[in-house]
Amino acid sequence: MAKSIDVSDVNIYYGDFLAVQGVNMSIRAGAVTAFIGPSGCGKSTFLRSLNRMHEVIPGARVEGKIVVDGQDLYGPGIDPVAVRRTVGMVFQRPNPFPTMSIYDNVLAGSRLNAKKIKKADADEIVERSLRGANLWQEVKDRLGKPGMGLSGGQQQRLCIARAIAVQPEILLMDEPCSALDPISTSAVEDLIHQLKDDYTIVIVTHNMQQAARVSDDTGFFNLKATGEPGHLVEFNPTKKMFANPDDPATEAYISGRFG
Amino acid sequence: MSTIEPQTVPEGPPTPSDETPESQPVTGWGDRIFSSAAFGAGLLILLVLAAVFVFLAVQGAPGTHQAASVYGPYATNFWSYAGKLLFGTALAAVLAMLIAVPFALGLALFISHYAPRRLAVPVAYVIDLLAAVPSVVFGLWGGRALTHASLPVQHWLNQHLGWFPLFGGTPSSTGHTVFIAAVVLSIMVIPITTAIAREVFQQTPKLLEEAALGLGATRWEMIKYAVLPHSRSGVVAGAMLGLGRALGETMAVAMVLNGNPLVSIRILTTDSPATIASNIANEYKNEDPHMQSVLIATGLVLFVFTFLVNFAARTIVTRAERRLA
Ligand SMILES: Nc1ncnc2c1ncn2[C@@H]1O[C@H](COP(=O)(O)OP(=O)(O)OP(=O)(O)O)[C@@H](O)[C@H]1O
Ligand SMILES: [Mg+2]
Repeated sequence: MAKSIDVSDVNIYYGDFLAVQGVNMSIRAGAVTAFIGPSGCGKSTFLRSLNRMHEVIPGARVEGKIVVDGQDLYGPGIDPVAVRRTVGMVFQRPNPFPTMSIYDNVLAGSRLNAKKIKKADADEIVERSLRGANLWQEVKDRLGKPGMGLSGGQQQRLCIARAIAVQPEILLMDEPCSALDPISTSAVEDLIHQLKDDYTIVIVTHNMQQAARVSDDTGFFNLKATGEPGHLVEFNPTKKMFANPDDPATEAYISGRFG
Repeated sequence: MSTIEPQTVPEGPPTPSDETPESQPVTGWGDRIFSSAAFGAGLLILLVLAAVFVFLAVQGAPGTHQAASVYGPYATNFWSYAGKLLFGTALAAVLAMLIAVPFALGLALFISHYAPRRLAVPVAYVIDLLAAVPSVVFGLWGGRALTHASLPVQHWLNQHLGWFPLFGGTPSSTGHTVFIAAVVLSIMVIPITTAIAREVFQQTPKLLEEAALGLGATRWEMIKYAVLPHSRSGVVAGAMLGLGRALGETMAVAMVLNGNPLVSIRILTTDSPATIASNIANEYKNEDPHMQSVLIATGLVLFVFTFLVNFAARTIVTRAERRLA
């Protein structure tokens, strides 16, 4: 189910503004890949290009090739809606649908894919996804209550449950823990560990320890200078990246952060 | 009424802050002036409303028990007279809303989520302009042009959908029908309902829209998942403002319709039920003081009715909201 992603010569624009330039990388299937780098270097922008969410912003576009399972996501005739159904996304701030119950939130994606779901199948999807997101025990007695009534950490895990309910091949997470307390953060990190058996996971984080804890590979993005586009400086196994990076800029960034 | 409010705000009432025991301690001059002004404006609106109500009640009271001939020929007492006019008012307003609301929501969605900016801005502008056209102009156009121009349509509806009571009966040969009154009303309702719906649609948080899109929603599915649920109460508020306009509209209906206080749902015939507002406009020239008091009493009925409709709508919205909270 998990798929690899091959990125070659990708440039990403907002209108005329080139935000990210010349990215090449191979993201392994069934592994966790982390992106780190200073603010504004284009981590979110690049992540959003992996499921064609970038282009929902007016004027935004992507050049280059992003190949998943032998198919170029930006090839002719590829429907961005179909891409987003196989490449799920979890956002920085938890965003459950406020008017929907926990149950309906989990099913939101499945209802898009197949209009009619039998009650038994729906129950099964909800339980499997909530268990998958480590939330089942906490909410199983109040599935009919609104998702907004949960704590921030629970909401974020609900969003993860919603994303995995449709069994995507790849899961993108943009700073999924930045709005959460340490306990919820560690719950989500545990979850990422479990999920990588089934999904290819790409996560953006500002937290070095988090990148070191959860990821197998790490990509370091940077700006050449202010006003210049962001670019990928180094892409390596996380162990090597944190112990013995190839690029002095990576070293400076990582050690700068650790003091 | 609302135009009075900003002008009187600066004067403020005498020390109103003393009268609010539950208000939190205010600090600083700006806070004090602003809270007094806001409180004063709120109080003033209530006073104006009460004054209107008292005026209508005092002046209209004699109108409820006049000689039967005053209410004739379609009614014999006040309650059947006012009831029939109320029926006409509600009929025209409901028909107008049935036409206007789907149209307005479609337009608002088009402007907020479908049209490219180049098109959305001018379309929104033109619709806002429509809201500024005085109702007399719509009345002239409706009464002079639309009635004649729409005759083929009215006859077609009558011939093919005549089995449906609304379109049954012998169609009017002049076109001055409730149907056209409702169409003209709907054109007057559309700008205001569209403007408000567009505003709330555009305020849908990006985060929610992206939640839906990220799951693989098409644009319409995104609207269903994120935009419409978020906008529900705003849309109802917009529809209510439109309904208020449709219920109270005077000139446009009076100029299209040659109505009488009667009950009929055959909207293509010459048996046209008058609305309260159009009936007042048509009969007010009548110097008879008995008739005048009757008209004022019907005005009170309209006042109370509009109030109740608004109240009911708000209750429905808050209840729906509370169920989700
Ligand atoms: N909607 C947008 N329109 C125009 N430019 C944008 C938009 N979003 C981001 N940018 C620009 O693109 C560049 C990359 O932004 P991006 O959000 O990808 O950075 P980031 O690495 O995710 O930063 P952070 O760590 O702060 O989240 C920045 O220069 C930013 O100003
Ligand atoms: Mg970011």
